[in-house]
Amino acid sequence: MSTTLERDEQQIIELDVRTDEMLVSMGPQHPSTHGVLRLVLRTDGEVVSEVTPHMGYLHRCAEKIGENVTPIQFIPYTDRMDYLAAMNMNLGYSLAVEKLCGMKIPEKAQVIRVLIAEMNRIASHLVGMGAYGLDLGSFSPFLYAFREREMILDLFEEVCGARLTYSYITIGGVHDDLPDGWLERCSKFLDYFEPRIQEYHTLLTKNQIFIKRTAGIGILPKDLAINYGCTGPMLRGSLDRTQGDPAWDLRKLEPYCGYESYDFKAIIPPFTDDYYDDEHFGIRPRTPPEAVIGDCWHRFYVRMLEVVESIKIVRQAIDRYPKAQGTHRIEPPRHLPVGEAYVETECPRGQMGFWVVGRPNKDIVPLRVRARSSSFCNLSVISEICKNCLIGDVPAILGSVDIVMGEIDR
Amino acid sequence: MTAQEIIAIVKERFGPKIKAEKLDAIDPYIVIDPADLVEVCRFLRDDPRLQFDMLNCISGVDYCEPDPAKAAKAGFEPHLEVVYHLSSFVKRHRFVVKLILPRWKNNTPGQLPEAPSVASLWRAADWHERETYDLVGVWFTDHPDLRRILLADDWEGHPLRKDYVFPLEYHGIRGR
Repeated sequence: MSTTLERDEQQIIELDVRTDEMLVSMGPQHPSTHGVLRLVLRTDGEVVSEVTPHMGYLHRCAEKIGENVTPIQFIPYTDRMDYLAAMNMNLGYSLAVEKLCGMKIPEKAQVIRVLIAEMNRIASHLVGMGAYGLDLGSFSPFLYAFREREMILDLFEEVCGARLTYSYITIGGVHDDLPDGWLERCSKFLDYFEPRIQEYHTLLTKNQIFIKRTAGIGILPKDLAINYGCTGPMLRGSLDRTQGDPAWDLRKLEPYCGYESYDFKAIIPPFTDDYYDDEHFGIRPRTPPEAVIGDCWHRFYVRMLEVVESIKIVRQAIDRYPKAQGTHRIEPPRHLPVGEAYVETECPRGQMGFWVVGRPNKDIVPLRVRARSSSFCNLSVISEICKNCLIGDVPAILGSVDIVMGEIDR
Repeated sequence: MTAQEIIAIVKERFGPKIKAEKLDAIDPYIVIDPADLVEVCRFLRDDPRLQFDMLNCISGVDYCEPDPAKAAKAGFEPHLEVVYHLSSFVKRHRFVVKLILPRWKNNTPGQLPEAPSVASLWRAADWHERETYDLVGVWFTDHPDLRRILLADDWEGHPLRKDYVFPLEYHGIRGR
């Protein structure tokens, strides 16, 4: 008798507190998915057990278009891949075609390319920083970031007439020379911008709520990052200087456009007090005790420090420009040679690779254009790092990956 | 390590399994049989001299000239290539491995050619192989979850094939 009662009681209790696994669809119109990405979360209560990304909403098959147009005609399509860092996309594709053709780019064009690409890196990381604050419920950093980004866009508009899809860096150099007085305006902007970085750190990096939401969350171990092909700040956030990890930055390891002659650091954790030198404008936010290498906080902070390094590079490029030899652009060849060339460049979101195959019958239209997207690989690791986290942490982790769907879907 | 040294190490281990090599290419590469792919890749990844721990990119190329008038001058026989770009985090070198596949398995249009999956070696291969299957039409055997990734699940055909016919209509949406 007593056993049946117990069983009944157990059933009642079971019905009362029973929890089923639930599938939650996040996106494709979710503000924190940074574009049209749909995540299907398998949840048990608040705990996420599995994340399945579904993408392709922005797919335009840019690679197919690349097989039907000439390299110069394809430049505007690369703008639309990572639309937050369109200059870096232009640069990657131009370098791939130039490598295939064996072109030597004049020094002046190289200096302009470095200058512009680093300015775009600053703008892109500003959006990454601002939008990350937005993901975590803090609205003001976004406005601060866009205030400064707007000035960079104004500078870009002066250079090429466009504010988002520039098509400025092109095969053989850059489309136009810099306008008169542009360098002074650029220096003026940097002077204005540098002290503002402190404000971002006050608003976000040192903010206790922000630290609680990011430190120790979404830890990505180094081996996993490499195995998944993660690159850029995503990978660098997981590295450890003290373990002898190389500075995994293509600008350092496989320099292009003359990056080897610029003085800058590749950003690798840990950020202990001895990491900083005086050139960091007095920015020394302490690494919070909860933060672990490879977590969201480190990925975010790597980006913030990269902005400082980019400023250093831009300043050096400004000094070099008046003395640089050659023209801003040379004539591209009339046809592509037989062969194939693969080039990876360090874009704000990681290593963006372009692979161009020339036709054996020496056409100007390539046989195949392949774009290896960094966000694509970075996103593929999301199911791994979101395992057993809380639903509320998913936007925090996804935001720290800093994806751009235009680049993933191509 | 230079490509020459890498090829020498791979040849020393595999010898006749290396079907072709091209050292004077911009990015030197070797060609192997699909059946040997996993074995060679495992060696490339695990050998202490090579340590290719990162798979950067998998791309498929369709060598085909759909216009019969131009086919004679195209300069290649119709075939598919799957190209693996590898790099090493520790050793800082790069290498390229190629597979040459028929355009269709058993020469029957519609039957996808097969290649083994390397997703068990590099997790990065998972999505790249799905993309290659989706857009180029290569079936990767032993892949954990081979389904379309960028196109819709019910899409027909593989757009990066040169003889792909653009659909005129998809679920009531006009194509052109």
